[in-house]
Amino acid sequence: MTFVAFMFYFFEAVAALSAVGLALVRNVFYGALLLVACLLALAGIYVLAFAEFIAVTQILIYAGGILVVIIFGIMLTTKISDRPLVVEHSYILSGILAAAACFCLLVFVLSKESFVSMTAYVSPPVNSVKTIGVSLFSKYMLPFEVAGVLLLIALIGASVLASNIKSKKE
Amino acid sequence: MFPTEHFLFLAALLFSLGLVIIITKRNTIMMLLGIELMLNASNLNLVAFNMLLPDTVDGQIFALFVIIVAVSEAAVGLAIVLQVYQYYQTSIPDSISELKE
Repeated sequence: MTFVAFMFYFFEAVAALSAVGLALVRNVFYGALLLVACLLALAGIYVLAFAEFIAVTQILIYAGGILVVIIFGIMLTTKISDRPLVVEHSYILSGILAAAACFCLLVFVLSKESFVSMTAYVSPPVNSVKTIGVSLFSKYMLPFEVAGVLLLIALIGASVLASNIKSKKE
Repeated sequence: MFPTEHFLFLAALLFSLGLVIIITKRNTIMMLLGIELMLNASNLNLVAFNMLLPDTVDGQIFALFVIIVAVSEAAVGLAIVLQVYQYYQTSIPDSISELKE
C-alpha cells in the first residue's frame, strides 16, 4: 500500500469515526470539535480526488468560518457558570431506523451500479484551479453573481435577526 | 485514482449519520451540525463524480455553490436560534411549540 493510499484510508476512517462520534456525543462543544475533525478529513479526501480548490475552500469556510460562528452560538446559548450543556437524545429508535433505511437503500443502489469513467484513461486534470476560475467568470457568471447577492442577503438578514436593539423612535 | 465507490459509500454513511443527528438530538445547534454533515456528504458525491469526468469542473463548481448556500444557512439559522433562545430561554426544539406566549 502506497503512502497516498494509506492517507486516503486514514482520512476516510477519520471522517467516518468522527461522524459516528458526533452522533453519540452529548456535549455540544465536543460535537462542534468532532465536526471540525470530520470536515478537515473531508478536505484531505478532496485533495486526493483532484479537487484542490474545493479542499482549500472547505478549510477556509467550514473550519474557519462556520465553526467559529457555531461555537459563538454555543457560548451565547449556554449560561455562564452553568454545568456544560448536555444534549438529551429522543426518538432514538425511529432515528436509527430512518437512517438505517436510508443507508441500506443507498448502499443497495450503489452496489448494483459500477461507476467507471467515460474516458478510457483518467488522468488528473491539468491546472484545475485555473479551469475553475475561468469557468466561474465565463460559463457560470450568472450563478456566481446570484450567489454573491445571496450572501449579501444572508449577511443583512442574519445581522437584523440577531440584533435586539430596539429603535428609539417609538 | 481511488475507486469511486469508496467516496460514495463514505458519503452515504455521512448522510445517514446526519439524519440520525437531526432526528435524535434535542438541541437546535446539534441539528444544525447534522445539516452541515449532510451537505458535506452531498459535496463529497459531487467531487467524486467530477473525478470521473476530468475534462470538466462542473461538479466542483456545483460543490462550491453548495458551500456558499451552507454558509448562508448556518448564519441565518444561528441568528434564528439565538433569537428563539432569548425569547423562550430554551434551545430544545420540541418545547418551542407556541407562536406567541
